[in-house]
Amino acid sequence: MTPIIETEGLTKRYGDTVAVDSLNLRLQAGEVFGLLGPNGSGKTTTILMLLGLTEPTSGSARVLGFDPLRNPLDVKRRVGYMPDAVGFYDELTARDNLRYTARLNGIPRKEAEATIVEMLDRMGLGDVMDRPVNTFSRGMRQRLGLADVLLKRPHVAILDEPTVGLDPEAAHEFLGMIRSLKAEGITVLLSSHLLHQVQAVCDRIGLFSKGKMVLEGTFEELSTKVLGGSYRIQVEARPDGFEQVLRGVPGVIGVATARPGLYRLEAKTDCRSDVARRIVAEGGQLLELRFDRASLDDVYARYFQEARSEA
Amino acid sequence: MKREGSPLTGLGAVVLKELADHLSSVRMFVLEILIFLTAVATVYAATQTLRTVVGEDPFVYLRIFTIPNKIGDAELPSFLGFMGFLMPLVGIALAFDSINGEYLRRTMSRVLAQPIYRDAVLMGKFLAGMATLATTLLAVWLLITGLGMLRLGVVPEAREVARGLVFLFVTLAYGGVWLGLALLFSVIYRQPATSALATISVWLFFLVFWEIVASLLFNIVGIFARGGPEAELSYLQLRQVLSWFSPNTLYTESAVALLTPEIRTLGPLLSVFLQAEAAGLIPRSQLPLSQSLLLAWPQLTGLVGTVIILFTYAYVRFQRQEVRA
Repeated sequence: MTPIIETEGLTKRYGDTVAVDSLNLRLQAGEVFGLLGPNGSGKTTTILMLLGLTEPTSGSARVLGFDPLRNPLDVKRRVGYMPDAVGFYDELTARDNLRYTARLNGIPRKEAEATIVEMLDRMGLGDVMDRPVNTFSRGMRQRLGLADVLLKRPHVAILDEPTVGLDPEAAHEFLGMIRSLKAEGITVLLSSHLLHQVQAVCDRIGLFSKGKMVLEGTFEELSTKVLGGSYRIQVEARPDGFEQVLRGVPGVIGVATARPGLYRLEAKTDCRSDVARRIVAEGGQLLELRFDRASLDDVYARYFQEARSEA
Repeated sequence: MKREGSPLTGLGAVVLKELADHLSSVRMFVLEILIFLTAVATVYAATQTLRTVVGEDPFVYLRIFTIPNKIGDAELPSFLGFMGFLMPLVGIALAFDSINGEYLRRTMSRVLAQPIYRDAVLMGKFLAGMATLATTLLAVWLLITGLGMLRLGVVPEAREVARGLVFLFVTLAYGGVWLGLALLFSVIYRQPATSALATISVWLFFLVFWEIVASLLFNIVGIFARGGPEAELSYLQLRQVLSWFSPNTLYTESAVALLTPEIRTLGPLLSVFLQAEAAGLIPRSQLPLSQSLLLAWPQLTGLVGTVIILFTYAYVRFQRQEVRA
């Protein structure tokens, strides 16, 4: 099967700074891929090169079999892009904004009108579609952005930092919408620096650092690679002061006190029963003992910590 | 590497959108009111004077545009003078935030992610601006002609209409210069306030200071040059060449030549001709339109050429610009 998006040694330099450094990226049809990295790590530049909006310094890219440099129109006809902090014409209504997009895409008027209503309804904007966009909240704008992307019925949706500035509930809702794209068979490329969100929706993740994709794989693969498959256990016990005791449990590598009475353990083995026994034996009251599933934050923090210490 | 697909894809959509924006914007509404008031005032004042010469003057409709107005004791510029002042204002108002405004609203990358080239965005904005200018001018001209018929009681003749239309074209080209300049600055500067001020500065420079600069330059050259009448003439010509750097001069000269069939030269000898005519030394006569056009041709070409140069430079700058703000 040919990949939907494929880059080979894609590189972009601005003067002396390398924004994207020989990137090899492959996206299969129907997957949700997360570009993860801090601000300025080259995510947006990569996306712009995929759309033919910026010329790569060297290397090549193919999107749906087209070269974005030679056939940008063919690429952009099939790929929806929602930029970081998407903007609209504030004085126009939501519907008029989408009409403009539809006209730019050459969608026939009749078909466009129906699709616009369909997409706005789907994004929960059906009631406000004839209100000017300057009355919209951040979350509504973001959903309008997604409607704008879906209007052309894309094969691929590229979303740049789609959840920035949304409150947790709106972000959660938005992620649900992104998952629904996958169900429709749309390939999604998502860029974000919000790790838990990427973790929640992405099939595979590429970790970006200084223009390089330093790690790639599913979340499990990533956490195994970076965290070395260790166990994380969260313990809550009373009274406080068990840190030394817990360090003595066989298999425990590290103990961190989150707050008095709450400890996070890192261990080589599943030593939960030993931990429980020791706390009870010391006369403590065990309130909670559970596996702490490693989050991407841990992967992230650990990776950059290691990278720094190696440097 | 050659890119595929027409650069004009989506041009129509951009033009329509921009045109709708212009025609419904408060900015244009205010300026249009200003222009229409000017037109009404000029027609009123001009016809007051012209009523006495209807029947004697074969180009009475052209005089409406050129004669200085008097309302009561107040001296007003002619309609042509007003246009020389208002067209830059409208051109600047139409374009000073056209490109940087899109960046500021963060709509640029979303629009460019649609299946169009950048060419369509820039060209669409320029064409929509020109179309707005043309529509406004045509409306004003029709208004003036209509009011003129009511006040003067005669119908304009074909040659007057023809000259009027060419005058509209010249005015459009003059407005286009300022539109193009504002568009260029809106590509170069990221803040609409900066691009607006930059364009207004250029306009004021040519309106107020260029004449001073030109005469200074001319005087400096004049110190070294003493000689016969031929040398004298070449200095005068130099002075004129210097003045041609100003779009205002190009516009006024070409418009005057087109609206005043009596004018047979725009060179240094113009005043000599007019004096001789007034003294009856040479017979009064009027040029046909084709000859007036020929007379105004260099200035007209200069205006159109400036528009093209400004647009092309804006185009090059815009093509090379990074999309991310």
